[in-house]
Amino acid sequence: MTHTTGILFQLAQSIGVVLLAPLWLGWVNQWRAWLQNRKGPGVLQPYRTMGKLFAKDAVLAHNASPLFRATPYILFGCMWLAAAIVPILATDLPFAPAADVIALVGVFALARVFLSLAAMDVGTAFGSLGARREMLVAFLAEPALLMVFFNASLISHSTSLTTIVGVLAHRQFALYPGMAFSGVAFAMVLLAENARIPVDNPATHLELTMIHEAMILEYSARHLALIEWASALKLLTYTTIGIALFLPWGIAEAGDWGALPLSLALLAVKLCFLGAALAGLETLSAKVRIFRAPEFLGTAFLLGVLGMLNYFLIGA
Amino acid sequence: MRIALFPPIDIVLIIIACWLALGLLSLFSQRSATPVTRWVMPASALASGALLAAGLFALAQPPETAILPLGLPGLPFHLRLDPLSAFFLVLEGGTSFGISLYSAGYFQQRTPRQLGILSLEYHLFLASMALIFVADDAYLFMVAWELMALSSYFLVTTDHEIGEIRAAGYLYLLIAHIGALGILLCFGVLHGAHGDYTFDSMRAATQTPFWATVAFLLALFGFGAKAGMLPLHVWLPEAHPAAPSPVSALMSGVMLKTAIYGLLRVTFDLLHVQVWWWGALTLGLGLLSALFGVLFAAVQTDMKRLLAYSSIENIGIILVGIGLTILFHAYDMGLLAALALAATLYHALNHAFFKGLLFLGTGSVLHATGERNLGRLGGLIHRMPWVALLSLVGVLAMAGLPPLNGFVSEWLMLQAFLLTPSVPHAYLNMMVPIAAGALVLASATAAYVLVKFYGVVFLGQPREPRLGQAHDAGGWERAGLAWLALGCILLGLFPVFVIIALDNVTQSLVGQGLAASASAHGWFFLTPVSPARASYSPVFFLGVVLLVVVLTFLAVRRFYHGRLRRGAPWDCGFPAQTARMQDTAEGFGQPIRQIFEPAFKMTRQLPSAFDEHPHYAVSVADRFWHALYAPTARLAERISGLIGLIQHGRIHLYLLYSFGTLLLLLFFVR
Repeated sequence: MTHTTGILFQLAQSIGVVLLAPLWLGWVNQWRAWLQNRKGPGVLQPYRTMGKLFAKDAVLAHNASPLFRATPYILFGCMWLAAAIVPILATDLPFAPAADVIALVGVFALARVFLSLAAMDVGTAFGSLGARREMLVAFLAEPALLMVFFNASLISHSTSLTTIVGVLAHRQFALYPGMAFSGVAFAMVLLAENARIPVDNPATHLELTMIHEAMILEYSARHLALIEWASALKLLTYTTIGIALFLPWGIAEAGDWGALPLSLALLAVKLCFLGAALAGLETLSAKVRIFRAPEFLGTAFLLGVLGMLNYFLIGA
Repeated sequence: MRIALFPPIDIVLIIIACWLALGLLSLFSQRSATPVTRWVMPASALASGALLAAGLFALAQPPETAILPLGLPGLPFHLRLDPLSAFFLVLEGGTSFGISLYSAGYFQQRTPRQLGILSLEYHLFLASMALIFVADDAYLFMVAWELMALSSYFLVTTDHEIGEIRAAGYLYLLIAHIGALGILLCFGVLHGAHGDYTFDSMRAATQTPFWATVAFLLALFGFGAKAGMLPLHVWLPEAHPAAPSPVSALMSGVMLKTAIYGLLRVTFDLLHVQVWWWGALTLGLGLLSALFGVLFAAVQTDMKRLLAYSSIENIGIILVGIGLTILFHAYDMGLLAALALAATLYHALNHAFFKGLLFLGTGSVLHATGERNLGRLGGLIHRMPWVALLSLVGVLAMAGLPPLNGFVSEWLMLQAFLLTPSVPHAYLNMMVPIAAGALVLASATAAYVLVKFYGVVFLGQPREPRLGQAHDAGGWERAGLAWLALGCILLGLFPVFVIIALDNVTQSLVGQGLAASASAHGWFFLTPVSPARASYSPVFFLGVVLLVVVLTFLAVRRFYHGRLRRGAPWDCGFPAQTARMQDTAEGFGQPIRQIFEPAFKMTRQLPSAFDEHPHYAVSVADRFWHALYAPTARLAERISGLIGLIQHGRIHLYLLYSFGTLLLLLFFVR
């Protein structure tokens, strides 16, 4: 294949992910509604909400600084970059060498720091409360996430996500034993980093419990829409990283364009299933106190370490 | 290209002489501060720029030596400029260029008398650090080392009218000298065959493994005390905040690195063999320092103390890198040792830039508001937009976020960690990747600390009414800040050039370089070991994010609108809110205090429900101080009390002691 098709494909993939991210969030929310015996607003609801928000006039606090206004755009840019470098359909991404898994963690961290700073910008108690809790959850989650990525890197001798996926996908429908531990650890980190139950509740505005929602309380209209979109994108990107690491089977290998339709169909099935599973998990569990979060993420870290020890003990 | 007339080492010597001359010149300006701020400081910055250029030039050159006929008769000063020295000269020149520019504006408020002395000490400090980097015998090294310790002691105690600052200075001087004793003994162990102390003959001498270990441990102790390694760190959070801000920047940015230089010089240049457990020990101490530093930084309420604790964290990260280098080198894994060493040096350079930037930023805030306490600041982004913007660069760099420089060195460090499984030691290769988890915890917590620092100082509402009168930094100060911020950005965006420049240093210390593998894909992609293994492109990273930001902005404007209204923030239906009700620095540190409670020695004073004037206070103390330093001090006092038993103040008794000592010595010498 030529370089140009590769670049076009990568561009198309990132645009596709960006456009479809709210749909998947709608799917998760719809499942939540079904599981809770509600009718649900339909899978397209996130688009409607965003359309409404974009049309409204933005209201800014008197003392909001330029940092506050720039943050939603920066957030969106970071998430777009993350979505562009994760191998979702094919491992052949010409620009994937621009950032490996560690840099991917860095992208998320950059977005998070900007959002936390913006939350402190207006100077309300909630913003700062949310910022501090968000950073707390993040620094507890990051070591666990790194342990997961380290395990994958040790197996594949690379931190490049495309190489990792290439190596892992070769083992047809079998998982490295260590990766099973890492998978659980990754799922726990995913819940924590994306403000899901049991660490945060995306559907609450109850003062004492909110984290992510507290940070964005001062945002409105187009800024809020961009932040919501970026959050949906982050959730989808995290999920696709999880798919790439733990359920990579069926991904199109380098140059194998004929495999793309199958890869797309498999991805759709995986996402549908994982969306429902996420909703089920959130329905079955309750939110924990913020100071139980260290225990939750400590467990994730331990599982990540166990996964890595597996590599050393049994060599895989 | 070779400049025959002036080899770089001569240029370095000329620069050192210039600094000394500038320092002496400022003493003559007793009436007015203008000559010093207008002429001496910018000239000093020029000298720093020349040092940067000379260092960059010397990085690519073979080592050069020179002998200065100074010092004692028959014991001249030996000098040598090799790539390792050149790298640290680049670090000093690059950082001090910005700091001196900044000082030209910052010191304008001092009285002329104060300023003359201050400028002399400042230039002595700069010159002594440059001398350390080019010293080639233990004698000159120790002379320069002591000169650095003393000049920085006087700089720390600039405002000596304040009792706390005198105490901080005393503690600093004490630990500096305990450390210097360690270094002196280390050189004693290493001495050459004929009892001479040039580094050349030390290199030629071979040590038995036992004495090599003794020398290494002494060096680790001595240089660790200067670097602020646990448990010899207590002076650092006292001394750094006490000094004027540009001096804090120099101490944190450059002076701590002299200790790193010394440790590298002794371990990889003067000693020939490394033992793997030295590496494990250094790595462990580094991790402890990093975690300790960052946790304490998170609970500080004084902005300069916060930065000082974060220096302990960064020194910890650098020590982790040195530990990894020793480990790899002990097992003869050249390429990996080069990777770890490059990460170490890179982080040292990055830390000099971003910590210098942030200390200068706090200096501007201090000048504008007269306030160091985080609890009385806030909202300065509106009054001081320049300082806020440039500090934001430093904050993002120090938080280890791409695409700035702090991320690159941490990324390289993690790559080195990932390669430890190839170490042929069954237990070690398992433990070390887990240690990487601790490193990530430290650097992720650093992001927490920096969000707290920036958010409380620059964002939110002003916590005191008088902050409304704060003014932005002047032209000189802005120039200094901008230079360091530019350094953070360039070092972050073009890592391949840095790795290529470091090639000679790693070649000379561990026998292998990274330049070939790191630049295999051109300057655009950084590929430290091999492209299949890992790669990172900060330029692409920044490009995509910026492109998406601009396109999104334009698209939102095009398809929707850019209408904006201003209103009051959401007050939850409680309109009587004041700026004092914002989250404080104490509040921001609360989760850390709660989660890591055993690490701190905390005393809380809680109000009871019936207090007329409820009062809450919490203080966090260092466990090491109570468990290690206080008992040691008591022991020292008791021993000196015992010695006091033979001190009567009578001359004839003292004469008797001298006579007795002489007799005893004669018995030994015969």
